Amino acid sequence: MTLSVWALPSADMTTEQEKNELTQTPLLKIWVPWLGMGGCKLSRRRGSSVPQLTNSPTLIVMVGLPARGKTYISKKLSRYLNWIGVPTKVFNLGQYRREAVQSYKNFEFFRPDNEEAMQIRRACATNALEDVVIYFSKEHGQVAVFDATNTTRERRISIVSFSKEKGYKVFFVESICDDPNIIAQNITEVKVSSPDYVNCDKDEAQADFLKRIECYKQTYVPLDDEKDRHLSYIKIFNVGSRYLVNRVQDHIQSRIVYYLMNIHVTPRSIFLSRHGESELNLLGRIGGDSGLSPRGHKYATALGGFIKGQHIKDLKVWTSHMKRTIQTAEHLGIPYEQWKALNEIDAGVCEELTYEDIQENHPEEFALRDQDKYRYRYPKGESYEDLVHRLEPVIMELERQENVLVVCHQAVMRCLLAYLLDKTADELPYLKCPLHTVLKLTPVAYGCRVEHICLNIEAVNTHRERPGNVDITRNPEEALKTIPDHF
Amino acid sequence: MHFVNVGMEARPSNAATPRELTQNPLKKIWMPLPCKNGLPDERICQRMVCMTNCPTLIVTVGLPARGKTYISKKLTRYLNWIGVPTKEFNVGQYRRECLKIYKSFEFFRPDNEEGLKIRQQCASTALNDVRQYLADGGQVAVFDATNTTRERRETITAFAEQNGFKVFFVESVCEDPEVIAENIVQVKLASPDYTNCNTEDAMEDFKKRIKCYENSYETLDEVLDRHLSYIKIMDVGRRYLVNQVQDHIQSRIVYYLMNIHITPRSIYLCRHGESDLNVKGCIGGDSGLSPRGKEFAKYLQQFIQSQEISDLKVWTSQMKRTIQTAEAVSVPYEQWKALNEIDAGVCEEMMYEEIQQHYPLEFAMRDQDKYRYRYPKGESYEDLVQRLEPVIMELERQEHVLVICHQAVMRCLLAYFLDKTAEELPYLKCPLHTVLKLTPVAYGCKVESIYLNVDAVNTHRERPENVEVSRMAEEALLTVPAHQ
Repeated sequence: MTLSVWALPSADMTTEQEKNELTQTPLLKIWVPWLGMGGCKLSRRRGSSVPQLTNSPTLIVMVGLPARGKTYISKKLSRYLNWIGVPTKVFNLGQYRREAVQSYKNFEFFRPDNEEAMQIRRACATNALEDVVIYFSKEHGQVAVFDATNTTRERRISIVSFSKEKGYKVFFVESICDDPNIIAQNITEVKVSSPDYVNCDKDEAQADFLKRIECYKQTYVPLDDEKDRHLSYIKIFNVGSRYLVNRVQDHIQSRIVYYLMNIHVTPRSIFLSRHGESELNLLGRIGGDSGLSPRGHKYATALGGFIKGQHIKDLKVWTSHMKRTIQTAEHLGIPYEQWKALNEIDAGVCEELTYEDIQENHPEEFALRDQDKYRYRYPKGESYEDLVHRLEPVIMELERQENVLVVCHQAVMRCLLAYLLDKTADELPYLKCPLHTVLKLTPVAYGCRVEHICLNIEAVNTHRERPGNVDITRNPEEALKTIPDHF
Repeated sequence: MHFVNVGMEARPSNAATPRELTQNPLKKIWMPLPCKNGLPDERICQRMVCMTNCPTLIVTVGLPARGKTYISKKLTRYLNWIGVPTKEFNVGQYRRECLKIYKSFEFFRPDNEEGLKIRQQCASTALNDVRQYLADGGQVAVFDATNTTRERRETITAFAEQNGFKVFFVESVCEDPEVIAENIVQVKLASPDYTNCNTEDAMEDFKKRIKCYENSYETLDEVLDRHLSYIKIMDVGRRYLVNQVQDHIQSRIVYYLMNIHITPRSIYLCRHGESDLNVKGCIGGDSGLSPRGKEFAKYLQQFIQSQEISDLKVWTSQMKRTIQTAEAVSVPYEQWKALNEIDAGVCEEMMYEEIQQHYPLEFAMRDQDKYRYRYPKGESYEDLVQRLEPVIMELERQEHVLVICHQAVMRCLLAYFLDKTAEELPYLKCPLHTVLKLTPVAYGCKVESIYLNVDAVNTHRERPENVEVSRMAEEALLTVPAHQ
């Protein structure tokens, strides 16, 4: 939902004079027309820094045999789109089926000649699509991912007509893989532990699942170069060695294609850490560009030791352009790259102030921030929402890379972590990212395993919880209640 | 695109003491000492995009009139703009230099021994120049030729391997006779090859030229060429086949190629109307329009109406003055934070005279290298370009767009469309109250400048003669435009 300000037609009551009058919204710091008594009529908004570039909702339809990574792609794509501010939801048909057929017996359910099962599966698909309609029309959804095999042309045709009728755009994502090793690996990683196989041993589950795949193979018709030339789709071959892209219609589909072409499944780990404790941290001041405190230097040395101990192959190290992250990286003894995009959130007029200063000089701003910490933009500064847009190229490159250590800042680390751990915009600004702690994130199954490694060097706490009272009318004590200690 | 500075070369792992940091005065980048002569290590400042260490050789593939040169030039322009030194090597050009006079399509006949020898030589010469360019600081070379046989491509791949270059093929496949005819009309008829021909003869000859290549054309094959890295563009972008993308730059190239189109359209660039701070001679800030600025906005609305554009998109920044301007145009508009004016940091809302007074060193450094200079706690033009890259990408996707922005921003966008260098960019003339209408034509862009006849201050400051830190205030302020 974007900030799209619609100018009034000339027949309206506003005079020429009033048309030039603007007011700046207090939270987002966006200039909007002053509509007098009527107030500000803002249409749906998405990221406040980037315009809305899609109008119709988009239905992404997965295509492929079981164990081809459809659910993996669906979840990952959905996580990415939500993070960049496009409300997205996955509708996994297997889930609907499990709700309909309480206990799974065996692969026979999926036999193409099993009429009773076919009926159930069809009903599930209908229910899922009905939920898609609700998501788009009533829940402000923008993208829905229909995660099912959709392996027959007949099924796909019915989805296309359904979408046409409703005015949704359709984009197919087909995953084709004939490498038996990859398929076996997938089955082990995510199928064997599925609710379907809770009472089976590994080998039984594996065998049954392979028979399940066979059931689909008989009727599988991949997207065809000729027959499907009018559809919009991407075909992914063998986990990304090759792609076929047909008829990308708009911005969001272009972004989706770009994202899908940058992700990989090679095992690796991402290490996130803040710079060592800084001089300004010690004083309880936000922002600025100070150097490390003595304890901060100690941490950096310890970080170097930790990294060495991990014996990581080919580790890339990224820092921001700010002194404190670079000083930290200098202790590691390995080459690092500086990214301006990793700079801490710009606190504008509040740079280098303590929270007490902010309460004293900008009490209203301080309250607004507590009301909506994600969207709140500092005067002449940034919001978390702005940060996310700034960090998008970093995320894209993180996806391309393998082992990476990112040495950054509190707000930045919260944004990156929210992406990797699928946190909402409301949770994001309150994620705990203490100084002197490394987070090791390793992709596993459909998510990310997190290890917190505290390197045991003391540091101030810089985490301020949301206070009880966020009203502009609150008194200073209430505002300052949750401020962490400092010198 | 991210701004990357490589920190340092690998050091022995038992190095205990970290190096001290110093902030480079021009770009405000923190870098370790020691430096040579107290100056920053040049190597550190150079690399902009996350690059692999190997240079990349992009090789076009396709029959004549399939858009290879169009793609080569556009891609080169984009890569240079985002800071990746790129150059195209058009074999046709080499052939023209060698052959002086083009007689007819017979030169291209596959049985023309002499012709083949010359063409092979030209390709070799071009590849030599590629090698030279990539050794001399170039990062990407675009080898623009038909390269329609597997044999030729194997030669090139071997050459690249020998020299440690990565290879990425860009093949354009098109069978739509209308598109091909249009291409011939747009760029071939005006080619030096046909200066003395009339349109029909030229068209005939060129079609026969294409025929010469058709029999030996071996398209990139899914199986035979599965180990190559390439993108196959089919029917001017309806369909793409992407194979074995190796690294970041190839991924960016693919993304760019998949977003460009050739549908005719125009892009309108203008600044906000004159602002109150403009009138005072102050930079930056977030002021509203002056009375003359409001006047301009009205004229802009009339101008836009007169253009009768169906489906015009209007983009503004998130600063008051561009939004006020768009409001007067009375069409729906979208706000982009990325279009905000360059952040002048500690110099925000100052007049040049004040900057000279309070920050004479900064003021001189800016004149020394206006493109790379970063205001303290602010941005540089280089930062701006990085910030604007998503805007450019979306501009490529769109059709008719009016962008209402700011001086430095407009300079960056204009430099992209008109292929201006980093040196020229910060001095491009983008006066207030003037609309630039850009229309892609042939290999470039036609520019029409429309002044909307409302007076405004001049905000363009030329580079003064003396850019030394030791200069006097008068010398620094010599080129400051008049203001209240």
